[in-house]
Amino acid sequence: MVKAPDPMSGQSVERTIAVLTVVGLAAGLYSAFVYAPADAVQGEVQRLMYLHVPLILISYLAFFVVFVASLLYLWRRQSWYDAVAHSSAEIGVLFTALSIAIGSIWGRPTWGAWWTWDARLTTTAILLLVFLGYLMLRTLVDDPSRGATFCAVLGILGFLDIPIIHMSVVWWRTLHQPASMLRPGPSAVAPDMQVALYANLVAFGLLYAYLLIKRLQIEGAREELLRLQMELLG
Amino acid sequence: MIFARRVLAIAWKDLVAEWRDRESITAMCFFAFLVLFLFNFALGGDQTLIRGASSGLLWLAFAFTAVLGLARSVQGELANDCLDGLLLYPAEREAIFLGKLCGSFSVILLVELISFPIFSVLYNMDIWSQLPKLLLITVPATLGFATAGTLLSAMTVGLRAREAMLPFLLFPLTIPLILAAVRGTEVVLRGEAFELAMPWLKLMAAFDVLFLVGSLLTFELLIEE
Repeated sequence: MVKAPDPMSGQSVERTIAVLTVVGLAAGLYSAFVYAPADAVQGEVQRLMYLHVPLILISYLAFFVVFVASLLYLWRRQSWYDAVAHSSAEIGVLFTALSIAIGSIWGRPTWGAWWTWDARLTTTAILLLVFLGYLMLRTLVDDPSRGATFCAVLGILGFLDIPIIHMSVVWWRTLHQPASMLRPGPSAVAPDMQVALYANLVAFGLLYAYLLIKRLQIEGAREELLRLQMELLG
Repeated sequence: MIFARRVLAIAWKDLVAEWRDRESITAMCFFAFLVLFLFNFALGGDQTLIRGASSGLLWLAFAFTAVLGLARSVQGELANDCLDGLLLYPAEREAIFLGKLCGSFSVILLVELISFPIFSVLYNMDIWSQLPKLLLITVPATLGFATAGTLLSAMTVGLRAREAMLPFLLFPLTIPLILAAVRGTEVVLRGEAFELAMPWLKLMAAFDVLFLVGSLLTFELLIEE
């Protein structure tokens, strides 16, 4: 087994992140539901933004981590990188699905529909499908090292394909309100709301880091178990 | 030069094998015909609706048909340990990939060419005057589909659920191609200015380059034992 930066050893780091995550999520919820004012037009339902936007931004980060870890795996051939890619993809899929679900609940009262074939919704749905396929492929390949290689290739090509998919879908149609955070120029979000948004972004970033560490520990434990079984069985 | 000859040798082998039983081509043509035929019922025979949706229906039929052919192309190598034989062939892995790609591409393109007249008759479309422009759309779309499909079927060929997994991986990734081909075909069939299809052609070119380069760089890793 490869001993890249061992997640087991960083006990104190893990605890710190755990505490920070709990505090961050509590502060995030407080700022989203109490501190931030209700939206002038949409009312209380707009508060879903404080979950919806951070979740999707962190899932972009998670898929970027899959991309980088996959490249490193193909280059260095260390199973640790593959574990990072796999774990990050799982969290990314979870966050994307949650963000779509929350967006859907938000969209029903504001747009009058659970789902529309708007460009960014469609791209996000395709992103989810690509990485669901990634996770399915991994469970179906019996040989772990082959599965890791297949998924690394799929993770890299899938990630690089996203801009092309996005381009095609944007030309196809657009309805979603334009990005309010990731754009140049003055922000479209009121200052109080911005604070709540950034607080939640940090909180979900920490949650991502914590889940990633935990998931890597499970992966490490699984490999350890496999090794012990091999030893016992000779 | 020797590289190109090796690529052609593998493609030739696939095409000869296909020509001997014509199993894939027959199945694919019949399937494409059936899909185009059945779509009519979904739209309830409304002529304006059918004409409006026809390019989309055509490309969905092609996409489903292409998956059939792509799955068979690599799966055919599993029987009698043909894959091991293929890997023993003294050629670069890239040549093997390009050879398989050329074989699949030719078969899919041929099926598409055979399907055009069927489409023209069933949907009452005049495609003959527009055939060169239509080919400008069809060739890059088919190339991208065949490239991504050959790469992905190399991954899924050994799996238990390969029939389900290949489309599940292939369709989300190739949505840009399907959208581009549908829009491009619409532009051509409606007789609009061909410049309107140019952005879509560029998009398909970007997709093709990404997957060709990606496949050539990684194919070796996928089939090593």
